[in-house]
Amino acid sequence: MKKPDWTAICAIDDIYPDCGVCALVDDEQIAIFRVGDAVYAIGNHDPASDANVLSRGLVGDIGGELVVASPLYKQHFSLLTGRCIEEPELSVPVYPVRLSEAGAVSVQCRPTPARAASTRRRLVVIGNGMAAMRTLEELLELAPQAYDITVFAAEPRDTYNRILLSGVLAGDRRAEEIVTHPPDWFERHGIVLHRGDAVVRIDRGTRTVRSRLGVVAPYDRLLIATGSTAAVLPVPGNDLPGVLTFRDLQDVDAMLAAAGQWRRVVVIGGGLLGLEAATGLARQGMQVSVVHLTDILMDRQLDAHAAGLLRQDLEGRGLKFCMNAETVAILGTDRVTGVKLADERELPCDLVVMATGIRPNIALAKAAGLRCDRGILVDDTLLSFDPAIYAVGECVQHRATTYGLVAPLWDQARVCAAHLAERGVRRYAGSRVATQLKVSGIKVFSAGDFSERVGRESLVLHDAKRGIYKRLIIEDGRVRGAVLYGETADGAWYFDLMNEGRKVDDLRDQLLFGRPEQAGLATATQ
Amino acid sequence: MTAAVRTTCPYCGVGCGVLASAGQGTVAVHGDPAHPANRGALCSKGTALGETVGLEGRLLRPRMHGQEVGWDAALDAVAAGFRRVIDTHGPDAVAFYVSGQMLTEDYYVANKLMKGFIGSANIDTNSRLCMSSAVAAHQRAFGEDLVPVSYTDLEQADLVILVGSNAAWCHPVLYQRIIKAKERRPGMRLVVLDPRRTATCDIADLHLPLRSGTDAMLFNGLLSWLSKERLVDHAFVEHSTRGAARALLAADNTAGDVDAVARHCGVQPGDLRRFYEWFGRTERVITAFSMGINQSSAGTDKANSIINVHLLTGRNGRAGMGPFSITGQPNAMGGREVGGLSNMLAAHMDLENPEHRATVQEFWNSPRMASKPGLKAVDLFEAIHAGRIRAVWIMATNPIVSLPNADRAREALRRCELVVVSDCVAGTDTAALAHVLLPAAAWGEKSGTVTNSDRHISRQRAFLPLPGAARPDWWTFCQVARRMGYHRGFDFETPAQIFDEHARLSTAGNSGQRAFDLGGLVGLGEAGYAELQPVQWPVRAATVTGDTALFADQRFYHPDRRARLIAVNPRPPKFGRDEEFPLVLNTGRIRDQWHSMTRSGRSPRLAMHLPEPFVDLHSADALAFGLAAGSLVRVVTRWGSMVARLRTSGEMARGSIFVPIHWNGSTASDARVGALTSPAVDPVSGEPEFKHTPARVEPFIVSWYGFALSRRDLALHDVSWWACATGASFRRYELAGRRIPKERSRWAQQLLEADTADWIEYEDVSAGTYRAVELQADRIQSCLFVAARPQLPSREWLAGLFAKATLSASDRASVLAGRPRDPGADSGAVVCSCHGVGRRTIEAAIGNGCKDPAAIGRLTRAGTNCGSCVPELRRIIGDLSEVSA
Repeated sequence: MKKPDWTAICAIDDIYPDCGVCALVDDEQIAIFRVGDAVYAIGNHDPASDANVLSRGLVGDIGGELVVASPLYKQHFSLLTGRCIEEPELSVPVYPVRLSEAGAVSVQCRPTPARAASTRRRLVVIGNGMAAMRTLEELLELAPQAYDITVFAAEPRDTYNRILLSGVLAGDRRAEEIVTHPPDWFERHGIVLHRGDAVVRIDRGTRTVRSRLGVVAPYDRLLIATGSTAAVLPVPGNDLPGVLTFRDLQDVDAMLAAAGQWRRVVVIGGGLLGLEAATGLARQGMQVSVVHLTDILMDRQLDAHAAGLLRQDLEGRGLKFCMNAETVAILGTDRVTGVKLADERELPCDLVVMATGIRPNIALAKAAGLRCDRGILVDDTLLSFDPAIYAVGECVQHRATTYGLVAPLWDQARVCAAHLAERGVRRYAGSRVATQLKVSGIKVFSAGDFSERVGRESLVLHDAKRGIYKRLIIEDGRVRGAVLYGETADGAWYFDLMNEGRKVDDLRDQLLFGRPEQAGLATATQ
Repeated sequence: MTAAVRTTCPYCGVGCGVLASAGQGTVAVHGDPAHPANRGALCSKGTALGETVGLEGRLLRPRMHGQEVGWDAALDAVAAGFRRVIDTHGPDAVAFYVSGQMLTEDYYVANKLMKGFIGSANIDTNSRLCMSSAVAAHQRAFGEDLVPVSYTDLEQADLVILVGSNAAWCHPVLYQRIIKAKERRPGMRLVVLDPRRTATCDIADLHLPLRSGTDAMLFNGLLSWLSKERLVDHAFVEHSTRGAARALLAADNTAGDVDAVARHCGVQPGDLRRFYEWFGRTERVITAFSMGINQSSAGTDKANSIINVHLLTGRNGRAGMGPFSITGQPNAMGGREVGGLSNMLAAHMDLENPEHRATVQEFWNSPRMASKPGLKAVDLFEAIHAGRIRAVWIMATNPIVSLPNADRAREALRRCELVVVSDCVAGTDTAALAHVLLPAAAWGEKSGTVTNSDRHISRQRAFLPLPGAARPDWWTFCQVARRMGYHRGFDFETPAQIFDEHARLSTAGNSGQRAFDLGGLVGLGEAGYAELQPVQWPVRAATVTGDTALFADQRFYHPDRRARLIAVNPRPPKFGRDEEFPLVLNTGRIRDQWHSMTRSGRSPRLAMHLPEPFVDLHSADALAFGLAAGSLVRVVTRWGSMVARLRTSGEMARGSIFVPIHWNGSTASDARVGALTSPAVDPVSGEPEFKHTPARVEPFIVSWYGFALSRRDLALHDVSWWACATGASFRRYELAGRRIPKERSRWAQQLLEADTADWIEYEDVSAGTYRAVELQADRIQSCLFVAARPQLPSREWLAGLFAKATLSASDRASVLAGRPRDPGADSGAVVCSCHGVGRRTIEAAIGNGCKDPAAIGRLTRAGTNCGSCVPELRRIIGDLSEVSA
């Protein structure tokens, strides 16, 4: 399917506010309206009067829906859908239209497909990350014909599996290998993809979004999957060249480029991402120091003992650690030369990678007046404050929790897709998360809650020689958490038990020694 | 391997012949097909003899006050000590306490020294605890201690009655002979009289679970019933007995009504009548009795009540009939023959008979003969306690484990001026109290003769060299005798010389007055003795081959040559139950152990069947007394208490409990049942009432249960209870305690005395679970499993890991699970000791369609050697069919 070209029409200022103009494009008369700072394009031909007059009609709204009134018989046509409000069997075509930052208005001559099948509604998806794509896959599975789908992707790249980024950094994979949804996937599914064009505004009143390049896309349903961005420490020098984060393929490219050029790197943050970055960079031949705020590596996932084993293993791979270390400044004038810690120590380096956490991307939603806290607030159907807008992924906050791991995204995608497909029986009740460190040769598994608390009981297995440490947290006879180091094969089983909420009193003595074989069921791993 | 030596098994009174050959550090043992007692068969204990001959734990040098000394110093000290006490306090201030484990030659010299030279009869033996009631009953009935039945008679009998005998476990080879006879002649009947439903009941046609202590009532009832049913052999009674009228009068008065007898004995009247009918209508009937009769304050009367019914019916002295006392020890009979009990003289002569005394004195050329009976075992230790006996020599027995009220016996030895202990094992509970310890030759090293339960004299022959400074006991006695100044009479140089003197003494003044006559064995010489084949006495000078049919001539050995029926007035056990002690404690042996386990406990195979001390209860009693499955139970009597594991085997009647006799201070922290048993003794025989002690049970509260397996011996600090068993290259400790320190790792490492370089640990603090294993070069060294409740993983699979040179990755991964990833690799608790077949293997065989023990045997080999586990196999089949039904 070849995409039609955009045809420049005029400047926004050439159109009087709340009025229309008519343009002849490829022998089609297109009526273009300016409402506030947005532009809309529909056919100029009025089917009720059979006259090319709609560009001269008055613009208004009926029940919140933008319309133009035909100058002849006064039927109202929706600017977004082309539908006639008074006579539903009548409609006019709607054309894609965009407004550039510079104020240039352009249209595509081919009408948006919505019109071709008037029963199909329009779904606009903001983001082409893993959450968005999984939701689309689920949706196409459930109701392939329900929507005309438009996807806006901020990154110019193909959709890829971000979980595998550390593999690319470590040199175990190439960037092409982690692509999950190449452009032809979109074409095959009839999805309009605006690649490298970020949505800059959501107009909930008109149910449209507007992109950086000026595309205005109307929606019946909007799915926000804007993800998150890496947190940058608010310290002096954080914007110096040589300060990177570890979030997307661009970051990986930058790191790989730096690794070829520089020797010493400080990774700030000894969490999951930081350690994956650190080991990846070490694999690239760099001297890596990890600066961590507490004395427990991966402290959201590990207890002190497992963290100690992990640190030993990583030190064995040449990593150095500064524990209990707070970064107060990035040193350097033209480029990073070091990191300064609160205890006055300075770590000289050529590259700094900040891996101190992620922040949900909520600016767009916030600007649109959606209710947000740390993330976009959603209910158990992943619906935002606006009944036409769903949100999934790392940008959402569900039951006071935000997630930075992939498994909850899958859960959310399933529920959200079900509701988009109007088979809305599923509910999302939050996810227990399991973490595995993706560093080859190091097996770490963590799931659930393992903080010490009254009523929590621990099962602990140590085998120092094999470097194995396992701890299960039991509460009320059920598995609440698991920390596995050195041997993680049973992690998935524990995770299942945790999610099932199954009483494990009968298994308790055997739990840490692995799933009983006579159970016969293959271990389900994601 | 050396050529096989023909010898006999050192365990029970069946006296099986074994072929033993010593190799490089190993001993192979097989049944002797030529021996009349077993014809090649052996039980689980006998089969495992080869595992028990190692020198670990052996006493190899004399010790005085804990210090090793030379023989001269030790012997001088013993001789001087005895001499001093005798000179100061008289001959009755010294005593020997010897054993049915000794050989006849050892026994003979000990008896001769005490009765003929020291001049006291204070020599008694642990046989007192075993069958002295039978001896006394034989003497009362027959005029001499005569067992008139042979094993072959059992095979010819049409009715075999086993009274107070768990022969299936305690005399397995004999029991197997009965089973085979019954298979050949299905018309043969077996009746078991026992309060417990033991393994022996497995093939019984009738089991009468009579109340403890009511045997005499039951047999009096039979006597009376026989008379009423006109089943009396009047000719025999008339011509060959006395006392029938008085015996019958007593029986009629006490047990004239069958229903009343049934009520009294707690059995169904119909069953009792059936038993009486069977007895009355069967000519070839043998009543075999054992400790259930003997170990009673009325043991002699009970034995006589049995003999009475055989005399009244004339069922004596012919093939396939008679009363048959089965003895427990390998040479109890030999000891009786030399007179090794304090109320006997020698060669079945009577201590209180002046003619006999004169005969013996003359024969021995003795300076000072004992003139009155000495003290019997229990009284002897009482006299030590009271200070009347000041020097005691204990040989080949462990009295502070085996005596009743054993804590008092321990106290007695603590008070005693001079305690000499001869033993082959260094670490017995009794040895710990010895001033002088003398190393004895053990089975396989010593040479001599033994007499089994059916009067067969067999050679025990050495096939191993004497280790260290160990010496045979006869040598030690001779040495001490000479140092006490008795040179003549103790100049024996070989056991053959002693046996010859013993045989000659049996003929002295004996022209048919005494059945015990070895005239045909006089003058064998060294060669003849070396070649001596098993022979049944009497062996009169004319008959060399032995005389199998005692009483065939219907002549007995009272001066009037008539037998006596003894009037028996049944009496209840000395101490009855009451509110404080509402249960009856019964004691006995288990299948795979022997006495205080100093020998059998060394065999890993034998240790696996019942590896820890237990208290067997009816499950309803366990519930009533608040005892949880697998928990520890404190058993309390007036005399002492002990702690053992609860067992509900299903063998016990309500109101009675059973504890095995084997455990002692070196195998368990607190499981000497001897400390609990009643000191009541039979007034005639002096035999203690081991089978009836009022008791109560209560939970032994601990906060953790556990076990450890270790290649090292552990000192076991900080545990409240333990029991130890020997495994193949490890020891198994069952443990329980009240306290675990917070620092569990350190505690466990100290307990196991572990090197922690490779240490795997599992902890579930809230559940009270702690497990750890110590490895070295991937080989398991020790492991510890602790839990808040007694339910712990199977020891068997873990035990199997100790046999492996290194643990595989999967073994290592699941070692602390206590079970293999593949559940089939755990064969379960050992059922068949001979072939090491576990319960799970057997269950699998049953699952594969095996419907009887024979089929299981074909598939798994279980039960195909000694057959002792066949009752258990049958029970497992039953258990499984109940489950599936």
